[in-house]
Amino acid sequence: MTARTAIGLVAALAALAILAAAPFFLGAYGVGLLIGLSGYVTLASAWALFSGPTRYVSLATVAFFGIGAYTMAVLSETLPYPLVLAVAALIGLAVALVVGLSTLRLAGVYFVIFTFGLAELVRQLVTWYEVNVTGTLGRYIFMSFGPETIYWQLLALAALTLGLSWWIGRSRLGLALRIIGDDEVVASHCGINIARVKLALFALSAVIMTLVGAIQAPRWTYIEPGIVFNPTVSFLTLIMALLGGANRLWGPVLGAVPLFLLFEWLSANFPNHYSIILGLLFIAIVFVLPKGVLDFVEKAWGRGSSRARNKPDEAGLGELEAGR
Amino acid sequence: MTLINVLIAGLVLGGTYALVAMGLTLQYGIARIMNLAYGETIIAAAFAAYLLQGALGVNPLLGMLLVLPGGFVFGYIVYGLMMRPLVARSQDRGNLEIDSILATFGLLFVIQGVMLVIFGSNYMSYSFLNVPVTILGANVAANRLLAFVLALTIGLTLYLLLTRTRWGTALRAVAVAPQNAPLVGIDVNRTARFAFALGGALAAAGGVVISMYQTFTATSGVVFTMKALIVVIMGGVGNLLGALSAGLILGLVETGVASYIDPGLTLAATYAIFLAILLWRPQGLFGGAGR
Repeated sequence: MTARTAIGLVAALAALAILAAAPFFLGAYGVGLLIGLSGYVTLASAWALFSGPTRYVSLATVAFFGIGAYTMAVLSETLPYPLVLAVAALIGLAVALVVGLSTLRLAGVYFVIFTFGLAELVRQLVTWYEVNVTGTLGRYIFMSFGPETIYWQLLALAALTLGLSWWIGRSRLGLALRIIGDDEVVASHCGINIARVKLALFALSAVIMTLVGAIQAPRWTYIEPGIVFNPTVSFLTLIMALLGGANRLWGPVLGAVPLFLLFEWLSANFPNHYSIILGLLFIAIVFVLPKGVLDFVEKAWGRGSSRARNKPDEAGLGELEAGR
Repeated sequence: MTLINVLIAGLVLGGTYALVAMGLTLQYGIARIMNLAYGETIIAAAFAAYLLQGALGVNPLLGMLLVLPGGFVFGYIVYGLMMRPLVARSQDRGNLEIDSILATFGLLFVIQGVMLVIFGSNYMSYSFLNVPVTILGANVAANRLLAFVLALTIGLTLYLLLTRTRWGTALRAVAVAPQNAPLVGIDVNRTARFAFALGGALAAAGGVVISMYQTFTATSGVVFTMKALIVVIMGGVGNLLGALSAGLILGLVETGVASYIDPGLTLAATYAIFLAILLWRPQGLFGGAGR
């Protein structure tokens, strides 16, 4: 381990400790905010885990999120909590495998189309099941633990997701992914099993999304398909990951924090117009920052400093000063 | 429902799907834009027909004369403002596809948000030509029959235009080889923009047709986009006759599932077809021959 990674690790652990202690200093509103925030940080990071390097745009975030939440609602009365989480993860994994096995061998557009309608499909299937088999639509969830526990679980999951994507980034799997993202033909000539690598990553990211839904579900108390399969979740996750930069470890986190706070503010002050504002913002991000803020800042920084190095006695001095 | 009833209802629904999918296949096959906001254009046109009928008393058929050019102009502007810069900046087709998917996904939420603000989230419908007509012993509402006839007329006219005119040949040339089309004097940018706008006009036509016999809400665009996409893939991207036949097949299957199994499972049936296509013939039932 180099000194730089050691420092990074210590800083990350310190930040994690501070965040874990936050509920003791914040009120109920603060904890609620932190729950939403850590949920979206995890969703955006999990999204970027697969879609960042492979450039397969997944629009199905809320399908997995909703599956997790609904599994929790259906099983929380009958099974112990950890077992429900495990069942939710398994269902998410099964759905991801079906989606992945049928589309990931083909061009990216088939995957996008399949994921585009997936949330609506699952929502209609759940509704159909509830109306025809159980006879009720909508369920209550009662848990013995408070919002702090939900927050700590989400925080742990967020840390785990970031740790995983850090580890994958430097493993053979991450290298394979980067080659696939750059050029699939080259990747297959290197002996990489493209479909299997993509499938593994997609399944992993889907399981994390499912767990976020399952853990967050008790926050609502009352759940129905229209609430947990809300397409805004997929949309927000996508903007967050893109704003920060889906190819960077910290990109999704950096995108999630400001956008989540903006979304909170918008939905409180402009409840009818937030999807218009977010849509316009999203289009602006696609046009202006296609690779994310981090990449943009690094490019601007790199350009400034290299120019400064080349011509030190001309315009460079001012930029050097500004750079410091 | 008797079998003949199901068949006729299926063909009527399928005709609408085919009409809608033909517009999308133009946008994706020729202009190379994967437009996820396509269904929102359809619903916006349906709302326009609803307003024209309800507020001004304009018959939807006449309304089409207004809504269709509206869809064309909207497509033209969207391509010019949003898609053209993306086309100019992308080096390869993959990049353009990702960029267009992302940009139109944002557009989806903008259009949907505008419609929610104006019309709310209630189900809308109006009554037009709601009189029964008897065909082969089965009763069909006249508005559904009209929808079917309109879909077939528009679809076949378009097919003839594309295959029998010089202008249609230019469109198909851009679909097959955009990099070679300039060599024979085709302005690729203008052609692509025209194809995209034409797709918008077809979406508008589909919207008016749908509003004649179905209820719709501001948020039902996603399902229409989804079905149109599946029909496009099933028929082969850029293949108009493929889209026509695939649309009819989808309509028949959905009506069959809705009447014999359960109306709540129609989208599941659509997905089952999609899954089968992906596993068996991802290039489409009819190949890419029409490109």
